[in-house]
Amino acid sequence: MKYTFDFGWLLDYYPQIAKGIAVTLELIAIGGVLGIALGIICAWVRALGPKWLRPPVATYVELIRNTPFLIQLFFIFFGLPSLGLQLSELTAANIAMVVNLGAYSCEIIRAGIQATPKGQFEAGASLAMTRFETFRHVVLVPSLQRIWPALSSQVVIVMLGSSVVSQIAAEDLTFAANFIQSRTFRAFEAYIVSTVIYLVLAILLRQVLVMGGNLIFPRRSVR
Amino acid sequence: MFSRRSLLAIAAISATLGFSPAAFADALGDITSRGTIRVAVPQDFPPFGSVGTDMAPQGYDIDVANLIGEKLGVKVELVPVTSANRVPYLQTNKVDLVISSLGKNPDREKVIDFSTAYAPFFNGVFAPGAVAVTKAEDLSGKTIGVTRGAVEDLELTKVAPADTTIKRYEDNNGTISAFLAGQVEAVATGNVVAAAILAKNPPKRPELKFLIKNSPCYIGLNKEQPALLEKVNTIIATAKTDGSLNTIAQKWLKTDLPKDL
Repeated sequence: MKYTFDFGWLLDYYPQIAKGIAVTLELIAIGGVLGIALGIICAWVRALGPKWLRPPVATYVELIRNTPFLIQLFFIFFGLPSLGLQLSELTAANIAMVVNLGAYSCEIIRAGIQATPKGQFEAGASLAMTRFETFRHVVLVPSLQRIWPALSSQVVIVMLGSSVVSQIAAEDLTFAANFIQSRTFRAFEAYIVSTVIYLVLAILLRQVLVMGGNLIFPRRSVR
Repeated sequence: MFSRRSLLAIAAISATLGFSPAAFADALGDITSRGTIRVAVPQDFPPFGSVGTDMAPQGYDIDVANLIGEKLGVKVELVPVTSANRVPYLQTNKVDLVISSLGKNPDREKVIDFSTAYAPFFNGVFAPGAVAVTKAEDLSGKTIGVTRGAVEDLELTKVAPADTTIKRYEDNNGTISAFLAGQVEAVATGNVVAAAILAKNPPKRPELKFLIKNSPCYIGLNKEQPALLEKVNTIIATAKTDGSLNTIAQKWLKTDLPKDL
């Protein structure tokens, strides 16, 4: 092998990489929080909500889960301006991620809700809780605790999937890697650096989610 | 049917004829006596040359080839070439002219001759008529789309003011879509790409605001063929003055020829 590795460009291009990491983190922070919030609302509708609301939510969930993320992104960024809705590439990327994670987390959370024993609802009712209070305290929290590992994986998947937003010129980490590659022609180096950064980000994100899960749902010790 | 031996003999004879030095002597005379002119044209580079739905070659270069054939009073034999082999085809005398969106550079000038320019080829900044931009400084505060890593990306990055937002897209389609969707006010791209947008008759029409890099196309021919070179140059000059070249430009590039061509 005659290839000489050269990482000298890192000195010139680290601001781009830092900016890329910041954008990727921002995308997953907003996308993760709002996406899960949307997922909880949709899961409530599909599992317990009013009957008339269920078909539109089901349509949304199936539409998103059965189409590619890239196409959803292109539709929002390139398609919606034809209807007069002009969005910046970051807003478009954020919306696409929230909408995407919302649909997937809806199904994960719904599974948690539907696995709740019927007796738990009855227990809530017998304590004179309203339906909302029962859902909030007796159903939702144990449900989320049950499906938290699955939900964490989905968030990590969406974070890694966010790499496609570079296609609409959102300057995330993948955009930085592509940019550096097109300027230095150091493809191996540019992509190995971005690969390692994504790996570290994914591991960190998973740790944060595990710790967050332990914080929100503390294990109750047996008395 | 031919036996294998006679086929070999035919192949050998035609090879000898094809490479005979005599063929280089007077290209114009050869073309006239042969009654055909062999022209290397692109087949994979619209709008200069591509294969139409009827499987026949079409494009700016093909129309120019036919124009020259017509003025010389000979038939035109189109030889499809790629950008890599168009100069070798000429050097080995497989064609008389290369009309294949050929740009001029010192390396090529060492081995072949060039006619005067016959087609515009440039990178520039394009925007709809209402956008007031005439030079790089005017891009200040504007958002401009470009295809990442292309020549115009590198050049624009150098000349654009610091407060210009440059949006870099993955490929020309991304750049075009962003322009048509109004995500960027202007695009930096080639005139050929702009022509491709214009051909679709979009609501936003990309008009040239200023040039980034100009590299017009020339007809390539073998060295030391003054008679053919002069004839070709005369035909191009006439075609420029009588408007027939402009008609070709309008047909394939959807815009008039630049005044300085």
